[in-house]
Amino acid sequence: MPEKEVIIIGGGAAGLAAAVACQQKGVEDILLIERGAYLGGILNQCIHDGFGLEKFHTSLSGPEYAQRYVDHIKEKEIPFLLNSMVVNLTPQKEVIVVNNNGLTHYRARVIILAMGCRERTRGAISIPGARPSGIYTAGVAQELINLKNYMVGQKIVVLGSGDVGLIMVRRLILEGAEVIMVAEKLPYSSGLPRNINQCLNDFDIPLLLSHTVVDIEGNGRLSGVTIAQLGPRGGIIPGTRRKIACDTLLLSVGLIPENELSREAGIVLDNITGGPQVDERGQTSIPGIFACGNVLQVHDIVDNVSLEAEYILEGVAEYLEGKLSQEQEIKVEIGEGLRYVVPQTLISQKDTIFSFRVNQPGEKKILIFEDGKKVIKKKSLRRVNPAEMVRVKLSSSELEEIKTLKVKLV
Amino acid sequence: MKQKNNHFDVVIIGGGVVGCAIARELSTYKVNVAVLEKEDDVSWGISCRNSGVVHAGFNNRPGTLMAQFCVEGNKSFKELCSQLDVPYKKIGKLVVAKKKEEIKELQKLEQQGDINGVDNLQIIDYSELKRLEPNINGIAALYSPETAITSPYLLTIALAENAFDNGVSFFLNTQVKNITNFNSSGIKIITNRGEFISSYVINSAGLYADKIARMAGTKKYYLYPCRGEYHILDKNVSWLINHLIYPVPQTGAGGLGVHLTPTIDGNIMIGPSNEYIKRKDNFSTTSQIMKMLSAEAGEFLPLISPRYIIRSYSGLRAKQAPSSEGGFWDFVIEESDTVNNFINLIGIESPGLTAVQPIAKRVVEIINKKERLNSNPQFNPFRKGILRFDEQGEETKIALIRQDPNYGEIVCRCEKVTKKEILEAINNPLGARSLISIKYRTRAMMGRCQGGYCQTRIMEILRESFKLGPKELTLKGNDSYLLTGYRSSEVSK
Repeated sequence: MPEKEVIIIGGGAAGLAAAVACQQKGVEDILLIERGAYLGGILNQCIHDGFGLEKFHTSLSGPEYAQRYVDHIKEKEIPFLLNSMVVNLTPQKEVIVVNNNGLTHYRARVIILAMGCRERTRGAISIPGARPSGIYTAGVAQELINLKNYMVGQKIVVLGSGDVGLIMVRRLILEGAEVIMVAEKLPYSSGLPRNINQCLNDFDIPLLLSHTVVDIEGNGRLSGVTIAQLGPRGGIIPGTRRKIACDTLLLSVGLIPENELSREAGIVLDNITGGPQVDERGQTSIPGIFACGNVLQVHDIVDNVSLEAEYILEGVAEYLEGKLSQEQEIKVEIGEGLRYVVPQTLISQKDTIFSFRVNQPGEKKILIFEDGKKVIKKKSLRRVNPAEMVRVKLSSSELEEIKTLKVKLV
Repeated sequence: MKQKNNHFDVVIIGGGVVGCAIARELSTYKVNVAVLEKEDDVSWGISCRNSGVVHAGFNNRPGTLMAQFCVEGNKSFKELCSQLDVPYKKIGKLVVAKKKEEIKELQKLEQQGDINGVDNLQIIDYSELKRLEPNINGIAALYSPETAITSPYLLTIALAENAFDNGVSFFLNTQVKNITNFNSSGIKIITNRGEFISSYVINSAGLYADKIARMAGTKKYYLYPCRGEYHILDKNVSWLINHLIYPVPQTGAGGLGVHLTPTIDGNIMIGPSNEYIKRKDNFSTTSQIMKMLSAEAGEFLPLISPRYIIRSYSGLRAKQAPSSEGGFWDFVIEESDTVNNFINLIGIESPGLTAVQPIAKRVVEIINKKERLNSNPQFNPFRKGILRFDEQGEETKIALIRQDPNYGEIVCRCEKVTKKEILEAINNPLGARSLISIKYRTRAMMGRCQGGYCQTRIMEILRESFKLGPKELTLKGNDSYLLTGYRSSEVSK
């Protein structure tokens, strides 16, 4: 069985950054495995710009952003496989890869999970009604339009205000389609404010908050949807149902980390993030298996995916050198105002980046880290929004000698 | 053999599991048979939207065709599936009593089963129930080890393909508009795709069998659509149950109650509901029922959660009993009293799937009594399905990829369906080319991402294989187009 130092599963934004960071750390025996026909993953269909502002201090399109990494990988001759699907991962860090050449087992000292995420579907959110054609998730529509040059429809209702959906509203309008509205179940948008501005407001597309699709019509192709307003507890407000004729329903109702391989390997997952539970180095419940990017937690911007991949490489390098030892096990507790925190545990007292999402939008909030009654760190946040991930770094001195750790937003 | 290509000895109206089984049964004789199906593929009516259960036969009133054919069908089902390379698993069924009063009902079912000739029925107590099904709530159960599961649409497709191999003609997208000319030269069937002349007509039009019968002058049948909604759960939670889990049936209900059905592929289905509706083409799901299904399933199986749902759908039963009466009326399989050589099959609802082979044989008997059909010495009862790469052992997988590299390209990641399987599905002998046809044949797009990853890839394989334009790609034939064309700046191409 071929043995590698590091195997990276997934050649999208996270996997590319992990591969480059590995090489820069001096790890030579890498294998990057990508199921698609080219590296870059979903970045390839994101032909709008705005990528790289943080990482490269310039605005790039998705393919341009990916190309910076691909160039590095080719220049440094980092080995990668295309059209190759990892069909199995074991706790012993063996993977089985299927491609046109056959079925191959590999073993690695370190596995980096970088499988990204998938879109939540109509089935998962139980939208009632008929089952015609013309219902697409935003990402599938994006692939069809941007990579295959097809048009998915002409008269479109969008459900959900996730970023991919917002980007697609603008894209569809520029391609001549009519976007009637965006309906969002929550009383606030789940997309980034800049996308609301640039993709909806600039084109006068109404965003109907606290609205959802309650029925779908059409035997062959979609012929219409019924939307309704939701009350504070999520029930339909009587008298607010109305039919809208359209030929397409685009769904942008959330992303789910793609952890089927992780689950089969027995890696412990976090019910809220949908990703593995990790320590401060991105190491999962199985030592030597790390996770970064959207497979760990769904990010808002790709720069943070890359930065997270680079960040966990510290731990990967330590692990390969046999220096990553468990000194403690502190579970990071989530207090009021927060939906989740990554990492979920701390095994040492090193500089650590914590990522959060808040429960609801708010202003003038304070994020508090505490050890029992002792406040370790406070950070004021002028404005918080569930759509925007909060990232806070605590230094090793701040984390020194803590016995417990709880984070809350007040 | 008749000469003209629109002349047949037997025309079967309806390509559901019953129509396809009759076609296959007739192909054991030297008869020229055509199946007319209004949809883009076989099985798309009742046959693809049910629980896929091979019933043992204790639910049906003794002395009925339903009881007789169900028990007979159950006993020969495994062989049918093995001939046709269709999945079949005898996993057994538990009718679970939740309160003491229901135990009496279990005993009645057991007695009824004994009269019908069902083997191995047994009432089990709480501790045995818990041993068999640790996650299920209940106090006792009727255990039926003979109950099995299959794939209703794969069986229909297999019956059709085997019939096709044995000489039956299939006409898809062919809807019967009228039936005339009931004389010795044959019965004339007028469709949207021209006329067919046939000595015999078999009306196995499912929900629309009453309408077809009326075209031939028989007004006495009426079929009410009775909708059953289902949820399908993620394969990740298939470990929750080991058997089919049914409630004690309520008298007068049009179905057997909301049950938990392990599917042949490892999902669990919750359903079906039981609701008389107006339209026979209304396959919608409703929020009220969707919530009810989750709640009722939760009473048996508290560990179940709506977040395991990956898809919801509904099917329609063809009920003869009006909603005011409910319950089950027996299958009607008889020659028309108005038109010679016109055989009606009315009200083939559950357990129609289990009973399909005896039903087909009964229809052929009716014809045989009049015609003395000659057997077809070339009849081949065997048919091979599409080999599932993911179900093979590692050595076989390696050999398959070496033999055809398309086996090494996994197109559907959730169900691990390879390009080779997709190619075999799109080149099916019936000529069905929509996404749903590929889905039913391969399981691609049936997993938890519901085609998010593979749908676009399958669309490209279809387009390349048949040189289709974007507007010719459909979800399920007819006007279910997937794309409205190229994007605007590509129009010039």
